Amino acid sequence: MTTTLKHTRYIISQNGITFGAFSLFFGFVLIAVLGNAIAPYDPLASNSAIALQPPTALHWFGTDQLGRDVLSRVIVATRLDLGIAVLAVAMSFVIGSILGTCAGYFGGWTDRIVSRCIDTLMAFPLFVLAMGLVAALGNSIENIIYATAIINLPLYTRVIRSEVLVRREAGFVEAARLTGNGDWRIMARHLFPNVLPVMMVHLSLNMGWAILNAAGLSFIGLGVQPPTAEWGIMVAEGATYIVSGEWWLALFPGAVLMLAVFCFNLLGDGLRDLIDPRMRT
Amino acid sequence: MARYSTGKIVGRRILGAIPSVIGVVIVTFLLTRSLPGDPAAFFAGPAATAEAIEEIRQNLGLDKSLPEQFLIYIGELFRGDLGVSLTTGQTVLYDLLTRLPASLELTLAALVFAIALALPLGILAATRPNSWIDHGVRLLATAGVSLPTFFTGLFLIYVLYYLWGIVPAPLGRLDILNSPPPQITGFYLIDSLLIGDLGLFWAAAAQLFLPAVTLGLFALAPLARVTRASMLGMLSSDFIRTARASGLPPRQVLFGYAFRNAMLPVVTTLGVVFSFLLGANILVEKVFAWPGIGSYAVEALVASDYAPIQGFILTMALLYVVLNLLIDLLYVVIDPRAGVES
Repeated sequence: MTTTLKHTRYIISQNGITFGAFSLFFGFVLIAVLGNAIAPYDPLASNSAIALQPPTALHWFGTDQLGRDVLSRVIVATRLDLGIAVLAVAMSFVIGSILGTCAGYFGGWTDRIVSRCIDTLMAFPLFVLAMGLVAALGNSIENIIYATAIINLPLYTRVIRSEVLVRREAGFVEAARLTGNGDWRIMARHLFPNVLPVMMVHLSLNMGWAILNAAGLSFIGLGVQPPTAEWGIMVAEGATYIVSGEWWLALFPGAVLMLAVFCFNLLGDGLRDLIDPRMRT
Repeated sequence: MARYSTGKIVGRRILGAIPSVIGVVIVTFLLTRSLPGDPAAFFAGPAATAEAIEEIRQNLGLDKSLPEQFLIYIGELFRGDLGVSLTTGQTVLYDLLTRLPASLELTLAALVFAIALALPLGILAATRPNSWIDHGVRLLATAGVSLPTFFTGLFLIYVLYYLWGIVPAPLGRLDILNSPPPQITGFYLIDSLLIGDLGLFWAAAAQLFLPAVTLGLFALAPLARVTRASMLGMLSSDFIRTARASGLPPRQVLFGYAFRNAMLPVVTTLGVVFSFLLGANILVEKVFAWPGIGSYAVEALVASDYAPIQGFILTMALLYVVLNLLIDLLYVVIDPRAGVES
């Protein structure tokens, strides 16, 4: 454990970018947790007297078409956007781990059925499938989460399946089997923990993608409904005003969204260095 | 080791795509049947009586069992019957076919832009490791996949249209001064050249420029990343060392040997890139009011008009299956080893 910590410290001290990504990540988590408490104004309070004002000392990010404070809305939206992504990624991680481990370990028909289902999901362009799922299941935030979880499922299942497959006949698995461990115990206690480090990299990279995906869905009018503050919907509302020069409506939520995704992608790259220096590209 | 003829390989790949098509049709069917609420009541409209709804239920075959409904659905698909759009009043098939060229033109232009930029960048980065261009490409590869396409599109509109005024207003495939060329291929760029109207060609190209760049930027990152990594791997391999030691000119080593082999992972990545492109296409079409099938589906979504959405999803999925098949075939063409089976 101490060597891992040392290694972590080494990586962070060697790589300023990863350190920056870690700090940014904690910043986002803090904003998501505090949310309403640190927003300077009520994110839903409209005031037509100050509508469409460019950034000022009072309203750092300006005000939108209803006179709502853009900064407060961006801050409050953090919890919703990150929440959707975390729940979706957690769901696909858990289900994908179970399916992938079983498919890789048991092989045969289990593998064939799981792989065939995953291939079918992969036959769709993923964002299109998410859109179809939300349209069919009903337009709500829960269904955005389910749809995002389903389109992420192939990634986890496939990676875990292949990782388990190469370890299935490994010495430590044989040893565990010979000492009388059952299949489920071997999978849960011996195989899965060995696959976990690799999965953390995918988890981080995937978080960024899940955020993009959820914001994209709400940009086209699915899931989150106005007047709820959410990055994608704020960009969509600001889009009308871009051509007349009111840039701050779309720019700030869009830039924060981009920063969040960028942060998770950098974090993923950093974790990759941490776990396997050979995978560095 | 036996060597199979190219025709045989192609046939086998095409057969291999059939399970995907079946899977796609089943999933689309299931999506059709899990519409929120009662589909019959939905198709009947808000003012319908109970008898009218019941009649529609029988017309749609919704009173039958699921397998029966599936067979009916398959029959409809073979007849090209995808239902009628409530918003346009046309059949969904007609709407999709008239709008598909716009989407394809946009996607292909974006892909050409992305490849034209990603390959040289990747090669430059790989041949000069740890130079500024290498770092630039690595930054681009991480930043590029973090870009929300809808946001980059708006940002580019603001800078290039509102501030600098160097691109036309982001309102579709042609400005109102021009009328579209006669439908030959449906691609405005090609059609305008076929009738020899250069002015129209430039007008269409000017409209296409910004959406294609927006979409292309998204595809650029993974392609540049894979090109760089795969070229790096190739350049340090034994056969390149041998080629160099044999005194072959550097150009030939780089492009004749390393590049051709390095293309294989890039071609594989194209599959993922297409998945991204077709999805991001919807967002870009909405931002630029591009009259393709993506904005058609978004409009239908807003109006809760479900038949077009289902038609759209099926079209996109089939398109993706075909593209993947083409990528497979391209792989066979490029890789001299792909025809050999152990």
